[in-house]
Amino acid sequence: MDQHQHVAIILPHPDDEAFGCSGTILQFREKDIPVTYLCGTLGEMGRNMGNPTFANRETLSEFRKKELQDACEALDIDLQMLGYRDKTLEFEDQDEVASHLKGILDDLQPSLVITFYPGHAVHPDHNAMGAAAIEAVRRFDEEKRPEVWAKAISHNRREVLGEPDIVKDVADYFNAKMKAIEAHRSQAEGMMSQFRKSPELQELNSEGQKLLRYEEFYKWDFTK
Amino acid sequence: MEMIQIDKVQEALDHLANKDVYVHLETTNGAYASHFNSNAYNVGAFIRNAKVRYKHAKIVGHETFRIGLKMDHGWVYAEGLTQWEVDDKGRLLMAGHDAEGRLMVALEISETPFEN
Ligand SMILES: [Zn+2]
Repeated sequence: MDQHQHVAIILPHPDDEAFGCSGTILQFREKDIPVTYLCGTLGEMGRNMGNPTFANRETLSEFRKKELQDACEALDIDLQMLGYRDKTLEFEDQDEVASHLKGILDDLQPSLVITFYPGHAVHPDHNAMGAAAIEAVRRFDEEKRPEVWAKAISHNRREVLGEPDIVKDVADYFNAKMKAIEAHRSQAEGMMSQFRKSPELQELNSEGQKLLRYEEFYKWDFTK
Repeated sequence: MEMIQIDKVQEALDHLANKDVYVHLETTNGAYASHFNSNAYNVGAFIRNAKVRYKHAKIVGHETFRIGLKMDHGWVYAEGLTQWEVDDKGRLLMAGHDAEGRLMVALEISETPFEN
C-alpha cells in the first residue's frame, strides 16, 4: 500500500467510512498519503435519532453533516459531499452518477478507490454507490486507472467471492478508529455504549470486535 | 421532541386544516432488518412533500397514537406516534421510535415544502 499517492473513498453514508475502513484510512494518513472521502448522502433517512433521541427526521441531516465533518477531521482527511438523498441512490440514473464521480476522480487522480462491493453490500445505497463508483473507474484508460478495493459485508461473501484479497489488522489504530465512530454521535451512541458496557468486548479478539479489527477488501478485477 | 399531549396536537392539527399543506409520511423497519434476522424482511415506505388539503383531522389513542387526516378524496393515516413538536419553522413533526430510539413511523405537516 506504500506506493499509493492518493486514496479516494466513495461510500454513501456518514459513518460508512468509520465502521468500514477508518483503520485503513488511518494507516494511509500515518504515511502522509492524502485521502479524500466522497460521501454520497447525509443519511437523511437514518432511523437512529440518537439514544436518547436528540434528532428528528428534519434535523437529522444537520446533525449528521456535522458528525461527518468531525469524523473527517479526526481521521485527517478531505471531504466532498455529493448531495444525493439517503435511500434514493439506487433510483438515480447510474450513468449520471458514474459521470459525476468520474469528473471528481479526474480532478483527484487517485491511485486507489475504496467503495462497496455491488451486490454484497446489504444496503441498497451501498450497492448502488459501489456500482456507480466502479463504473466511473472503469471509464479510465487502463494505464491511468486507479486500483479498486471493494468492501463486501453480505453474510455469504466468503462462499461466493472467496477469501478477501486484502485483510488489514487495524488493532494499532483501534482507539483512533473508535474516535471516528463516536464522532457519528446520532448513529453510534447506542451501539458503542453497549460496547463500552460489555467487559468481554474490551478484548480485541472477541467475536464482536473482530469485524472492527479486521478490515477486509476484494480487489476489483476490471478484466472480467 | 416531547411526548404527545393529545389536546395540544389536536389544536396543531386543527390549525393546519383547510389549507394547502405538505406532508411527509414514513414507516420503516430499517434497511438491515433481514440482515440481522433472517426471519424478517425489510419493509418501508415514505412520501415526501405530498401536497394535500384536509377538511378535518383527529388524533386518537393512549400512550401511542393514531392520526387520520380526512381529505375530499381519501385519507392520510399514521399509527404508532408517541412524540411531537412544532419546530422553529412552524412545522408539525410527529414520530414513533422503538426502545433504542430508532424511528419507526413519522408524520409531518408543513405549510411550506420540506427540503428536497
Ligand atoms: Zn451505510
